[in-house]
This record gives sequence, C-alpha cells and structure tokens, in this order.
Amino acid sequence: MKLSLVGISHRHAPVEVRERVALDAKAATGVARELAEHGGECVCLSTCNRTELYVVGNDAEHAALEKLRALGGDEVAALSYRLADHAAALHLFRVAAGLDSLVPGEGEILGQVRVAYEAGAPGPLLNRLFRDALHAGKKARAQTTIAESPASVSSAGAALAQQVFGDLTGRRVVIVGAGKVGELAARSLAARGAQVVAVANRSEVRGHDVARRFGAQAIPVERLADELASADVAVTCTSAPGFLLGPEDVRDRKGRPLFLIDLAVPRDVDPAVNDLDGCYLYDIDDLEAVVAASLSGRRREAERAEAIVAAEAERFRAWQASLEVVPTIASLRARAEAIRAAELSKAKLSDAERETVESITSQIVNKLLHLPTVRMKEAAAAADAVIYADAVRHLFGLEDER
Amino acid sequence: MAELLFWPALFAYGEAAVAYFGETRAPGLPGRLATWGVRLGWLAQTALLIAQAARADGFPWSTWAGSLNLFVWLLVTAYLIWGCRARFRLLGLAVTPLVTVLFVVARLGGGTELGMRSHYSNVFLVLHVGLVLTAFAGFTLAAGLASVYLFQERRLKRHDAAILRLPAPALQTLDGLAGRTIAVSLPALTLGMVVGLVRLEENGGGLDALMAVTLATWFAYGSYLALRYAYGWQGRRTAYLALAAFALVIVVRLALPATHFA
Repeated sequence: MKLSLVGISHRHAPVEVRERVALDAKAATGVARELAEHGGECVCLSTCNRTELYVVGNDAEHAALEKLRALGGDEVAALSYRLADHAAALHLFRVAAGLDSLVPGEGEILGQVRVAYEAGAPGPLLNRLFRDALHAGKKARAQTTIAESPASVSSAGAALAQQVFGDLTGRRVVIVGAGKVGELAARSLAARGAQVVAVANRSEVRGHDVARRFGAQAIPVERLADELASADVAVTCTSAPGFLLGPEDVRDRKGRPLFLIDLAVPRDVDPAVNDLDGCYLYDIDDLEAVVAASLSGRRREAERAEAIVAAEAERFRAWQASLEVVPTIASLRARAEAIRAAELSKAKLSDAERETVESITSQIVNKLLHLPTVRMKEAAAAADAVIYADAVRHLFGLEDER
Repeated sequence: MAELLFWPALFAYGEAAVAYFGETRAPGLPGRLATWGVRLGWLAQTALLIAQAARADGFPWSTWAGSLNLFVWLLVTAYLIWGCRARFRLLGLAVTPLVTVLFVVARLGGGTELGMRSHYSNVFLVLHVGLVLTAFAGFTLAAGLASVYLFQERRLKRHDAAILRLPAPALQTLDGLAGRTIAVSLPALTLGMVVGLVRLEENGGGLDALMAVTLATWFAYGSYLALRYAYGWQGRRTAYLALAAFALVIVVRLALPATHFA
C-alpha cells in the first residue's frame, strides 16, 4: 500500500493560487470520497494555508494531482508538492504539530486535521496515519511550550493579565472605546473567563452596541473612574487626542491589582499610572514586544517539537513496514493451527480431555510462534522484511498459500 | 553508615539548585530534573532523620546544628506541597540554594551525625523545637514566595518582553499563598512560644534577648495578618512586610547558638 501526498501550501503558493483550491468541509469530503471511490483511501485537508490530498494506492498520486489540476488549473499543479510514504507521513505529523504553520505551534491546525480525518474516506493505512499524527501533534504541544506563548497583541494582553490574576474567571473588565481592536482584546479576556462589565464610549449608540454583545453595561466616559474602582482589567482603545486616564483617576486600591491594556495611538492612559502600587499598564509597543519575544521562543521550542514528531513518524514507518510481513505471519499461524487441529482430531478423547488438550496445544502453538512473529515485525522495521518473509515461507512451505 | 545518607541528600539538593537555575535559561527538562532532585533529596534526608531518631538518646536535634538539619527538612517538606507544579519552579530557585547551604552548615556543625544525646525532655523539645521550627520553615517559604512576587512584579512593571517565557505563578497566587502560609505558621509559633514560656515559668528562668526578638517576630507576623485580613492590604506592601518580618527570623536563628545553646 503506497501512501502519497499531493498538496499546495503557503510555503510554495501565494494566496491568489491557494484560494482556487480552498475547499469548504462539504467540498473536501466530496473530493475525498471521489478519490477513494475505487477501493482506495483519501483524506482532504483544506485550510486557509493549505490544501493537501493524502491518498493510498498505486495510481492514487496521479489521480490526486489531476484532481488538483481540475480544481485550480495548471498553475496549482505546477506549484504543488508530491511526497510519498515516510516523507508524506512526516509532513502530516509536522502539520498536526503546527510546525508547518505560519506561527509555529498554532493550535487551530490540530482541530482542522481531526475534522479532515473524520470527514474523509480513510482505510486501514490513513486511519492509523491520522490517529498517529493527531497523537504526535498533542504530544509535541504537551511536552514543549510551543503552543503556550501568545501570537497576537490581544492574546498577549490576556496572557499578561493571567500573570497578574491567575485564573481570569469572574474578573471584571471595563472597555474604554468601542473600536474593533479593543473589542478583540476584550474577547480574548472573555474567552479566558473574564467578565466584561462596562463599555465606556463617547458615542452612546456604538457603546450600547458593543455592551450588548458582551452582556455589559454602557456607561458615559465621565463615569469611568467610578467603574475602575471595582474593575480588575481595563482595555482602552479610543481615538482621543490626549490621555483619558491619569493617576488621579485610579483610587487607592491597597495593592489590589489593576491591569490596563492601552491599545490606542495616541495613548489613552498616562504612563504614570504604571508607577501606582498594583497598577500594570501595557501599551501597544509593550504588547508587540511580548509577542515578538514569544514568537522567538516558539521557534526555539519548535526544534524540540521536531524531534518528538520525527520519533513518532519513525514509529509509524516501522508499523507501515511491518504490514509487509503480516500476510506471511497470518499464513504461518494458519498453517500451525491447521496442523494442530488435524492432529487433535485423530486423538480419541472425552470432552473434558479434549478441552484440556485443546487449551494446552493452543498455548504451545502460540508460544512457539510468538518469537518468530516478533522477530519478523522487527525485521520489517529494519527493512529486512522481504528476506525474512521469503525465508519463513520457504522453511514452512507456505509458498502455495500466496 | 547511615550518616552517609547526608551525601545523596546534599547532591540531590545541589543538583536541584543548579537545575532550577538552568530552568530560567531553558524551561522544560531542567525544571523536571530539579523537581526530582528535591524529591530524592527529601527522601534521603528523611531516611537520615529516621536513622538519627532511631540511634539517639533523647531528642536528636536539640543542638543548633541538629535543629538546622530538622529545619531544612521542614522547609523542603513545606516547599514540596506546591513545588512540584511547573509554575512554581521559580520558587525552587529561591528555596533550593538556601536549603543546600543550610544543609552543609548543619553538617559542619555536626547536626547530621548519629547517636546524638539530649538532656532535655523529649516532650518539651518535640513541642517547643518542633513547633517553632515548623513556624520558621513556613515563614521562610513565605519569604521565598514574597521574593518571587517582587521579582515577578518588577518584571511586569518594567514590561519585560520575555516575561511569558518562564512559567511562574500569578502575582495574586503568590500573594495569597504567602498570606496563607503565614496564617498557618503563626499559630505554630504561638504554641511553640507558649510551651517555652511554661517551661521557663516552671524552671524559674528569665527572659533573654532571643525571646524578646522572637516576640517581636510574632508581632511582625501578627501585624502582617491583621493588615492583610482586617485592612485589606495585599501585593507589594505585604510582600515587603513578609520580608521584613523574615529578617527577624534570621536574627533569631543566628542568635540561637549565643543564647539557647550557650
């Protein structure tokens, strides 16, 4: 069974080419079923960064390439890559671990691989390949910190808030300004359990609109200082020309923390607020520096994740190689079982005696064949499968059973 | 022969201290090695303490160095309650070097030897020394938590771009744990002091300078708890207060040989 991969990704093709073969879930399922129609296997992985067809069969690679050409034209076919067996498996393992993503270790791809697998038309080989790839993806994330650091300004703000408060569940968030960027940061906080309680905005209509989306209260900017007294986090992103918040707006909190995320340019919060006890102010530059540092950290962790993924891919290769000796092992066991049953049928035994002898002879056969079975699988992993399989077939007279 | 248990314990604590330092450079494997170092060191030291207890005539840690040995064990025990969690590895960097140094000092003072003798009653020593040392171990851990708090707070205030690279507990977690550790340790110190004062009353002795400083320590930690729980203080102020009170604990420990063990 030959495993092949034909695909196109952000590494080789620009978005205007990729978008021609970007398939939604239904279309991807259709393509997978179509390519697997004649007893083959196929899984179609299509995301914004890649469209890849994993196929099994001798002529499957050609069919997959023609399918891509039919979907996107000659340019897609020209920019596509083709990988086989171990290289294809290793590629999928790297994809699942996020090592082939724009942001190393990004978490979304693992779910996309799972969805593609579940919607595809896998058989024995692709079932094992995708299950192992999902396992490798999880393992790489669990054993390294590749996925832990934030990759965007909004997630960096939320991660820093967690450095102050730990669990954000129930933390009170105030949004100042009703722009998209501020809302995105607030969403990142809300996704971690924080509760947006108030939205202060000069335009009442827009403020109410954003407040309704978060189930919060819209308040006038003049009431901001009152609301800050009970807040834990404040996100500001207005187009005001000067500071909206100064040290005088933050009352004595006896060390109770207040985390401020100022995403506005020009800034909304006076930097002197950062000097107050328990107040932590991060502006857009600070957050971008945190993101840059965490991305370089992700790249370092990616090296460790590569080793984990390579080891998992090697295990898959060994399993795939062991498939070559499976028919021989099955024949050997069938031959042994046939001999055992034939000899047993000659014996004149009572039911109880037969049961005992059945059990004993089965155990003898299993024990005798255990080591040869293990050795043949090991040999298959070491690429000696054909030699061993031929030797066993010759020694035990299994040639006729092919 | 059992005295040799000192060496694996020391090696494991030392390895943990070095590995915790390595964790700050490359988080991951060094942190796991450090955690195992502390665990194995604790097991070896526990075995050493059991051997000391089995071979002693009376309470085996009644000397200054002996009490230091027991103090180290109590400190590591308290640390292990949270220290095995990945986020608390930074606390290990504060605790394990101190543990290693104090363990060596205990050894140099003869506190890890077998067959120790004591002329005090076991019940009095177990209660007085045990409770006071437990409280001091708790205060030391609280000081470690306060130090990590101040370190992390400083990084947050200075907008250290690499702050998310090194896993550390949240500020409020550190602050809350320091408060709870002191809240548990102060009653232990109170009981230990009461036991000592009862014995002093029975034997007709007088107050010495060490007792006065211990009393001041009690007031310092009492103030900490009052300000924290009655007046709502938290954060940097309470961290500094915990460190100031810990300075008195150091004074008491250093003054012990000149007073109680003189």
